[in-house]
Amino acid sequence: MSVSVPDVPQEQIKRPAEKRPTIHPVWLRLTHWLNALAVVVMVGSGWQIYNASPLFGFRFPSQITLGGWLAGGLDWHFAAMWVLFINGLIYLVLNGLGGRFWRKFYPLSLRGVVKDTAAAFQGRLSHADPKCYNQVQKLAYLLVVVDLVLLVLSGLVLWKSVQFPLLAALMGGYDSARFLHFYSMLFLVGFIFIHVLMVLLVPRSLRAMIRGR
Amino acid sequence: MFNDQRKEPGVDEALVLNEARSQLGRFSRRRFLQQLGTLGGLSLLTGCSISDDANIEKALSRVSKLNDTAQAWLFDPQRLAPTYLESQITRPFPFNAFYAENKVPVVVADDFRLEVTGRVAKTAAWTLPELNALPQAEQITRHICVEGWSAIGRWGGVPFAEFLQRIGADTSAKYVGFMCEDNYFTSIDMASALHPQTLLALRFDGQVLPPKYGYPLKVRVATKLGYKNPKHVRAISVTNIYPGGYWENQGYNWFGGS
Repeated sequence: MSVSVPDVPQEQIKRPAEKRPTIHPVWLRLTHWLNALAVVVMVGSGWQIYNASPLFGFRFPSQITLGGWLAGGLDWHFAAMWVLFINGLIYLVLNGLGGRFWRKFYPLSLRGVVKDTAAAFQGRLSHADPKCYNQVQKLAYLLVVVDLVLLVLSGLVLWKSVQFPLLAALMGGYDSARFLHFYSMLFLVGFIFIHVLMVLLVPRSLRAMIRGR
Repeated sequence: MFNDQRKEPGVDEALVLNEARSQLGRFSRRRFLQQLGTLGGLSLLTGCSISDDANIEKALSRVSKLNDTAQAWLFDPQRLAPTYLESQITRPFPFNAFYAENKVPVVVADDFRLEVTGRVAKTAAWTLPELNALPQAEQITRHICVEGWSAIGRWGGVPFAEFLQRIGADTSAKYVGFMCEDNYFTSIDMASALHPQTLLALRFDGQVLPPKYGYPLKVRVATKLGYKNPKHVRAISVTNIYPGGYWENQGYNWFGGS
C-alpha cells in the first residue's frame, strides 16, 4: 500500500464501515486508465503506419486503424507516445519507490505459474483475495510491463535511429527494430485480449480498478 | 535567375494542388472519425465529440510542432548517421516519388542552373561543371522512408556546409528551402543543413546521379527521412520565413529527423 499518497488513508477514514481495504491506490488506477487510452491510440495508429509499408503479406482493415491516412496515423502515434512514455515513467517510479512492485510480484516461481495455470483451466483458481495476484497474473502483468518498455525502446529506435546509436545496435539495427516493435505489439494485443476476457469473467476486478476496492 | 516574377506562378500552382490534397486528406479523416465509434467509447474518453475533427486536427498539429522542437533538441550536430559497406548497398535501390517513374523530369545538363536566393552574399547561379569542381565527399548511408521501409545507398557530392560557405550564407538563419524541377519543395533546419553528412549530391553509386534518383542534383540529408531529401533541386533559399514543404503542408511532421 502506498502510504505516501494522501488519498488512501483519507478514503479509509471516510468509509470505515465498509472495512474493505484499498486494492488499487488512486495513482495506480489513474496510470492504468491513461495507459489503456494511450495504448488504444498507439495500436490503432500503429496499424495505420504499418499499412504504409507492411512487414508481412497483410494489411490491417481500415475500419480498425486510426488517423485516416499515413500522416494522420503518424500524428496520432507521435502525440500519444508522450502520454504512454510520461505516464509509464510515473507508473514505474511510483511502483519502484513505494515498493509496490516487490509486494505485488514477489514471490513468483515457474512452478507456481504452472500450478496456477492448471488450476485456472480446471476452474479452481481462487480469487478470494483480490489484493493478491495469483502466479499467472503476476507473470502476465510483469511481462506486459517489460513488453511496453520494449515497445517504447524499439519505437525510439524507429523514430530516431541516428540519435540513439547504442539503442539501435542493441535492437539489432533499424530493420530488426521494426520487427521487434511489431512482435511486441502482437504480445500487447494478445495480453489485452486475455486481460479483457478475464475482467469479463471476474467483474469485480474491474470495479477495483475503477473505485479502488 | 530565381526572381519573384518567375517564382510566383509556380508557388501558386503548388498551393492549389496542396489545398486540393489536404481537402482529400480531410475527407478521409472525417471517415476515420466516423469509424472512431467502432473503437468503442474512445471519443467519450477523450471528451471530443465526433464532429470536432477540426479541433482534433488543430491539437495534433500543435503536438507535431512540439515534436519539431523535441527533435531539434535531440539532434546532435556532430553525431553521424551509421555508414555501411559497399556490399550492403540495396540493389536495386527503390525509386520513390509522388508520381510514377515515367513522369521523372527530364533535365538538360547544359541548360541547368542552380539558383541561390535569400540570406546569401552571392546569388549567382551555379552550373553543373562549377558544382563538380567543388570539393567532393561520399557516403554509404541508410535512406529511411516515413512509410517505414529503408534502403542503403551511396551518394557523392559537395558537402552542403561547404556550399553554404561558398555562397556566403547567413548560417544564423533558421531554414534552408529547396525548390525542385518536379514542383516538389521542402525545407530543413540550419543545424541539419550544416551537418557533416549533408550533401549536395551529384552522384549515386559512383555514377552521375540517374534521373530516377534526382538528376542532376539531390540534397542528401542522412539524418532525416526520405521526404526531407529533395531530388531534381533547382533552387536553394536561405531564409527565416518558414518555407514548409510539399508533404509537410499536408500534415507530415516538418523536422522529419531520423
